[in-house]
Amino acid sequence: MNVGIVGYGVYIPRYRIRLDDIARVWGEEPSRVKQGLMVEEKSVPAPDEDTATISVEAARNALKRAGINPQDIGAIYVGSESHPYAVKPTATIVAEAIEATPNLTAADMEFACKAGTAGIQACAGLVEMGQIKYGISIGADTAQAAPGDPLEYTAAAGGGAVIIGKNDGEALAEIEGTYSYTTDTPDFWRREMRPYPKHGGRFTGKPAYFKHVVSAAHGILRQLKLTPQDFAHAVFHQPNGKFPCQVAEELGFSKAQIACGLVVPKIGNTYSGATMIGLAAVLDKAKPDERILVVSYGSGAGSDAFSIKVKKAIEEKRDLAPKVEQFLNNKIYIDYSTYTKYKSLLVR
Amino acid sequence: MAAPRFWREIPNRYNLIGTRCGNCNKVFFPPRYICPQCRRMGKLEPYKLSRRGKIVTYGVVHVAPEGFEDLVPYVLAIVELEDGPRLTTQVVDCDPNEIKIGDEVEMVFRRIGADREDGVIYYGFKFRKVE
Ligand SMILES: [Zn+2]
Repeated sequence: MNVGIVGYGVYIPRYRIRLDDIARVWGEEPSRVKQGLMVEEKSVPAPDEDTATISVEAARNALKRAGINPQDIGAIYVGSESHPYAVKPTATIVAEAIEATPNLTAADMEFACKAGTAGIQACAGLVEMGQIKYGISIGADTAQAAPGDPLEYTAAAGGGAVIIGKNDGEALAEIEGTYSYTTDTPDFWRREMRPYPKHGGRFTGKPAYFKHVVSAAHGILRQLKLTPQDFAHAVFHQPNGKFPCQVAEELGFSKAQIACGLVVPKIGNTYSGATMIGLAAVLDKAKPDERILVVSYGSGAGSDAFSIKVKKAIEEKRDLAPKVEQFLNNKIYIDYSTYTKYKSLLVR
Repeated sequence: MAAPRFWREIPNRYNLIGTRCGNCNKVFFPPRYICPQCRRMGKLEPYKLSRRGKIVTYGVVHVAPEGFEDLVPYVLAIVELEDGPRLTTQVVDCDPNEIKIGDEVEMVFRRIGADREDGVIYYGFKFRKVE
């Protein structure tokens, strides 16, 4: 592939709720819940934030790093399972807000939590065939969970954006290759007109997350003839803290290799944002020539794997927009009742 | 608000696009199409304003208009942009007790409102304190 990342950016809402507060409401032991999920707190969108506003903020941060003319963007894809409209694209709102209209293609992507990485692949294809100069793919969500459902502990909000272009001097990382693994697996779903998703309980683990993430990771390693030792960092989709740690171990990656990109303990599961924010957290710190393995996961089910090699331009670009760590530290705690009001569960 | 009117205002609401008079260099936001000073001599063209400014004055809203009820108490401020124009805006993600005149703020992209449950969602600028 002759494709690289020329910019990246994230956005995480400022509000947080501690898992202790949620556990107490439902009569569960807070420390058991937190240990079980390896998550301490999760992000909550403000009442005037949604997937469109999060996507715009992430995209604007990615543009600050890319330093390109937004009119040179030929494609925008927004991956999410919480698009504000059932019919009316989020991508057009983002395109207008970053002044990329009107000469471009745009579409919303849907594939549970991996729609953002599917967008990266679409952009990479268009760049490689010479159809567009730059493409931007965004993964963002304001995840919904029914009150009292185990998902309520982790369903969070946030997003990440990646700008794809040719692998030339302005690229801050090279995409060496990508590999996907997809099957029809009903581990998590939401039917039309239903506010909350349903999930297959334990079924979401072994035959779903682990099977797909492991298969996609093995696929890319085979394709590029690489081993876990060739990577300085690895980012796996992180619905909780436990799954990425277990899958890393199964694949032969150490705790140190996944440390940089593991943000779920501090923000929860940002669904389509999760892998993108994890990748951004690594790019915030990685050194030139380091290699990053990225594997997303979307229920339903599929995984996209990428091998990414950091380039010299990272050093001058990473300080041009706020880093993941700044978003993690800049927070306002709210209690459970404020949380229910912000999520429109409590209505006057 | 009517969707067509909002649609026409998208450039200024999303990206703070105002106008500038090419004759006297004065910047207008919301955009004006006739310069009050230069009149027929004025040459107004689109102008992208700075996304940063300072709080000139503010109030805390406790009784909100329809659609903003769940945001109270919230800060409504007059912000002077670096290019000069002043605008009225909500300041988000802050404790109203911690806002001061002179605070530096920057533009953010937020939901402004919606036409009922099944209508159009309106987006546009609000501001937040620069950390
Ligand atoms: Zn004039």
